[in-house]
Amino acid sequence: MKPLLKIENLSAGYYSGDIIKGVSLDVAAGDFIGIIGPNGSGKTTLLRLCSKILHPRKGRIYFSEKDILTMDLKEFCRKVAFVSQDIATGFSFSVMELVLMGRIPHLKRLQFETRKDIAICEKALALTDASALKEKMIDELSAGERQRAIIARALAQEPVLLLLDEPTAHLDIGHQIQVMDLLKKLNRQNNLTIVMVLHDLNLASAYCNRICLLDNGAIFKEGTLQEVLTYKNIEAVYKTVVLVNANPVTAKPNVILVPGEK
Amino acid sequence: MNKRLNKKLLALFLLLVVAVAFGLAQGSVRIPLGSLLLKDNQVIFNMRLLRILAAILVGSGLAVAGITLQAILRNPLAEPYLLGTSSGAGLAAVIAVILGVSRIYMPLAAFLGAVASIILVYTLASERKKIADRSLILSGVIVSIAFSSIIVFLVSLFGNQAMHEMNWWLWGSLQVYDWQLLLLVAIPVVLGIGAIYIFAQDLNAIQLGEEQAMHLGIDTRKVKNILILITALITASLICICGIIGFVGLIVPHMMRLVVGSNHKALIPVTCLAAAIFMVGCDIISRTLFAPVEIPIGVITAIIGAPIFIILLKRGQRV
Repeated sequence: MKPLLKIENLSAGYYSGDIIKGVSLDVAAGDFIGIIGPNGSGKTTLLRLCSKILHPRKGRIYFSEKDILTMDLKEFCRKVAFVSQDIATGFSFSVMELVLMGRIPHLKRLQFETRKDIAICEKALALTDASALKEKMIDELSAGERQRAIIARALAQEPVLLLLDEPTAHLDIGHQIQVMDLLKKLNRQNNLTIVMVLHDLNLASAYCNRICLLDNGAIFKEGTLQEVLTYKNIEAVYKTVVLVNANPVTAKPNVILVPGEK
Repeated sequence: MNKRLNKKLLALFLLLVVAVAFGLAQGSVRIPLGSLLLKDNQVIFNMRLLRILAAILVGSGLAVAGITLQAILRNPLAEPYLLGTSSGAGLAAVIAVILGVSRIYMPLAAFLGAVASIILVYTLASERKKIADRSLILSGVIVSIAFSSIIVFLVSLFGNQAMHEMNWWLWGSLQVYDWQLLLLVAIPVVLGIGAIYIFAQDLNAIQLGEEQAMHLGIDTRKVKNILILITALITASLICICGIIGFVGLIVPHMMRLVVGSNHKALIPVTCLAAAIFMVGCDIISRTLFAPVEIPIGVITAIIGAPIFIILLKRGQRV
């Protein structure tokens, strides 16, 4: 099967030089891929490249075999949605107004939302278990509720690929699990392909089917949980001592941190 | 939500009608509405109507320009004159006066001055074909300061005559004598407001962040450029008939955000009406408070606007 997203020998960065150095990665439809790596390893830059925010200096990214640079931005955003850590607050938008923004890529310049668009947004809210929040202002929400609203907005774009940049960064463990469970459900039931930048290795282990470990802009190791999440790989990249055993419930790799000072 | 919005719009519209009626009757001479339509009073009626229409146009135009800049620059202090239009127009007008250009061409000179200053600010701010919000704001401030000082320099050099001509500029005036001029200004302003409304949803997205908007398929850079151009056109057009009227473009949008929220689809029409009411009201006060002396409209908008704004700010937590 042809990959949904194909990253080919990608190099890119900002004025100061390349941050991503020759990355190649295939994402198959239905994948749930976690991109991990230390701070500054290029995780977010890679995601920005995949979402057409940043243009590569070298290499190409193909979405359904189309070079994404040749795709119209609106057309691209009908297929690929992006979820950030959080959104700027201080604005009085209701959750529904926020989610309706997800319909922008589907609407023409002079077109206003129809009943169909509203129905799609309501479905997105129902999927993220946020229907009750519809009329609430985004400022009034807790961080977990706000993240569900942002994911609902992304779902309103009706994407086939969802890119997420540390969506659980500001959440407590309860909300982390809630958001990750939701994503897993969408991945399974709606066949939504997910590429996610994550800091928490155990969260990545618990939910992803494949992991891509970045180190200094290049892929250090990419593959299944068992292939990537080994103490050798993690110690080499993160420069810290860890133990890896099996999670007693799921049998998936479980990374245990070892403090340097006791 | 739409029903509530329609109610608010209807209420504001009725309020505007009342304000217009009141504005027609009030003035240095009070004339009952009924007798205004008599032939004897036709001149006064025409003059007052012209003023009121100018007030509506100026209020709506400046407020919508303010909303737009606040959203795309994501800066609550952005206002229509941010891009140096006011000082550019002022400078051009001063030069025109000194050169002895006929009064008829003053609006044209002001318009060209405003446009020139916007181009200058834009050029100064752009770097590698990109324009950062911060450099745009800073360039605007620098150009404004530079031009203002040149105005003062020229005025002190050429003395009183220029001073007199220029005074109304600095605090604004709604005294429009010419239907044609008003119509000429109304066309770009009304079209501009309409065009901005078409971008309402884009403004919502851009307000949350440029990259956020790009993830929703909005070509942020292009949209920002278009919108800055439109606001500049609105401001430059208005400045040549009314001079500098501060505060409307800043406070009415913020006041209305407290009433209807940040959604531009609601905010733009509501602010249009509210700003029109505000300006018509301020104009009535400026004409009648110390009649027959007329207080510059910009003074009234500031004196009334500031306390209203503070009260609203203290009462509501969100702006």
